[in-house]
Amino acid sequence: MQPDTTMTPALEVTVLVSIGRHPVTGRARRADQDARGVELARSLADAEVSLLHAGELAEASEPALRGYLGMGFSELSLLEQPEGADVLPALAETLDAAMPQLVITGERAERGEGSGLLPYLLAERLGWPLVSGLAAVESVENGVATLLQALPRGQRRRLKVRLPAIVTVDGAAPAPRQSAYGPARRGTFETIAGPVSRDEAWAEWQVQPARKRPKRLKIVKAASARDRFKAAAAKAEGGGGQVLTDVTPEQGAEAILKLLREEEVLR
Amino acid sequence: MSEIKRRDPRKEWIARNRLHPQHLEVLAELGQGAASEWMGPNGVLRRNPHAIGFIGPNGIKRIDRSGAQQGVAGAGAATSTVVQKPLVEIDEPAFSVLVVPDMAGGRLSGHDRDLLGLARRLADADPEDQGAVVAVIFGPHKETSFGEAGIDRLLHLDSPDVAGYAPEARLGALAVVEQAWAPRHWLLPDSKLGGGEMGRRLAARLGERPATGVWQVEADTEVPSGWRCTARGAAESVDIQRPLPRVALALAECAEPVSETRHAAVELALPQPLPSMLSRIEDLGQVPVDPSGVALSEAEFILSAGNGVKDWEGFHHAAEVLGATEGASRVAVDDGFMARDRQVGATGTWVTARVYVAVGISGAIQHLQGIQTCEKVVAINMDPGCDMIKRADLAVIGDSARILEALVSLVEQAREEKRDAA
Repeated sequence: MQPDTTMTPALEVTVLVSIGRHPVTGRARRADQDARGVELARSLADAEVSLLHAGELAEASEPALRGYLGMGFSELSLLEQPEGADVLPALAETLDAAMPQLVITGERAERGEGSGLLPYLLAERLGWPLVSGLAAVESVENGVATLLQALPRGQRRRLKVRLPAIVTVDGAAPAPRQSAYGPARRGTFETIAGPVSRDEAWAEWQVQPARKRPKRLKIVKAASARDRFKAAAAKAEGGGGQVLTDVTPEQGAEAILKLLREEEVLR
Repeated sequence: MSEIKRRDPRKEWIARNRLHPQHLEVLAELGQGAASEWMGPNGVLRRNPHAIGFIGPNGIKRIDRSGAQQGVAGAGAATSTVVQKPLVEIDEPAFSVLVVPDMAGGRLSGHDRDLLGLARRLADADPEDQGAVVAVIFGPHKETSFGEAGIDRLLHLDSPDVAGYAPEARLGALAVVEQAWAPRHWLLPDSKLGGGEMGRRLAARLGERPATGVWQVEADTEVPSGWRCTARGAAESVDIQRPLPRVALALAECAEPVSETRHAAVELALPQPLPSMLSRIEDLGQVPVDPSGVALSEAEFILSAGNGVKDWEGFHHAAEVLGATEGASRVAVDDGFMARDRQVGATGTWVTARVYVAVGISGAIQHLQGIQTCEKVVAINMDPGCDMIKRADLAVIGDSARILEALVSLVEQAREEKRDAA
């Protein structure tokens, strides 16, 4: 039985997917954060999810795109763009025409410049709010989404945002489901033509494989040999901490509590 | 100690009396000893080895080479043991370099200091035409060493609408700053603590194409801005060499932090009030998370147990009440009281907690290595002489079980009062 969709119109969600790069082998794959975004969209109740990729369909990248289809989709919209093009105008135009309620992307691409700017530029261009680093979508009601944002150190923040909005997905979002081979083979690509603009600046920059970053050395700036020796031979010390001896447990606990309050780690 | 110089007639008398046994010592103390080094008439440095040092308590001549007690150092030097770094003041800056630090936990982080070091390099490149480093910080803070970090001007925005998670209001404020000062460079940390997001929003608003993941900046006269940068791209797998744009998001260790000078950190004010805008993103505050689910390496607050803990029930209860992630020393793990993945130290996990409470841990060197990056360390221990006490910012000597019990009851009492008040 089909769910009754006449009462509440389905939430239109577009997930922007890109071609990832395996960190070890360098082979094309589903981009990790984008796949998490697809998983997040799949977990939304009454959502009509569509996939959108801007790029060209090459032999090397086709299995990666089919990987997204294998997550339970029958088609993927392919916005045709040549290699080295700036996809922003075409994407903005397509999204403006389709008017989805929610656009989900990964934070950064795994190929190319990978600056993580695209969602911000899209949001600025479309005039939509943007929320970055999402861990979960809690609910969507009356055009307002309640989101859970992932913060460093495993913390979470709850936000409310008015739709339409663009959200980016953090690595803390639920892991993507495995891609099923059969649906991935059967899925089709629906190509859309879009305006092509060249990325001139990118062509001018020098790109080379990442060099290992130099490790920072501990430099001791001391005028005399005695100071340098003391610095080299010194044990790790906190530098004159407060030591409470002969106190009752209550007084000690109070001092600790004061420090914990100052550091704002108690909730 | 007061700064008033007091005369000591007895010492003055000894200084006049060449035959007094303490004559040389007192002369050295008063700073009137014979000069041990002077420039000779032919420009050669002459030394008098007999004038160095002083007579020690056993009548033996002692020479202290640390420079603290040299006879010719002058009597006033003993009072100012803390060496003040030279203060640099830039009154009429030719341009400005804007920095928006993360201020995680209300203080400048190591990443922020590196970024300020980079800003100083950009500002001080040409001594004829020096720029000012301006820092913009939002919300309340606990930092006291803005000057030491290399900040010339400080813009502190503390209105309620930019506090908390308010990216749109902060972006509006930065746009006002852009209009007011038109900085030559904008530098932000490329971090997950908000800097990366703010920088990208700002770049999108200003219409600049920023460099992200910058880790190296070097001077280059061939490009208009005078600087080239190397940035990480494509999931850290490529290096991109390009001219430094106006907006740059830099990684940690992009430059050396400022260490040799002090700067003025003069407070600035915005020329116009902040535009009030309707925020489309509403912050509902942080959500309590299960502390045991947080990975030990990234936990913010760790309660760690060692050999000195006997009451394990009480320890686990305390961790639950305080909302702390549990850690353990190697001994506690080997004895089977804690799981192996909870071990802190060189052989276990290197932790990055902001607050680390060590209960009954004496502080083996491997353990101290593991907590090197922790900001505040609290030690609860019976032994006042152990290494953990030397490392700790706050140490309480006593029975750990009773102190934890008292702490738990204090926290519970405070929560009770809060609930009653609400």
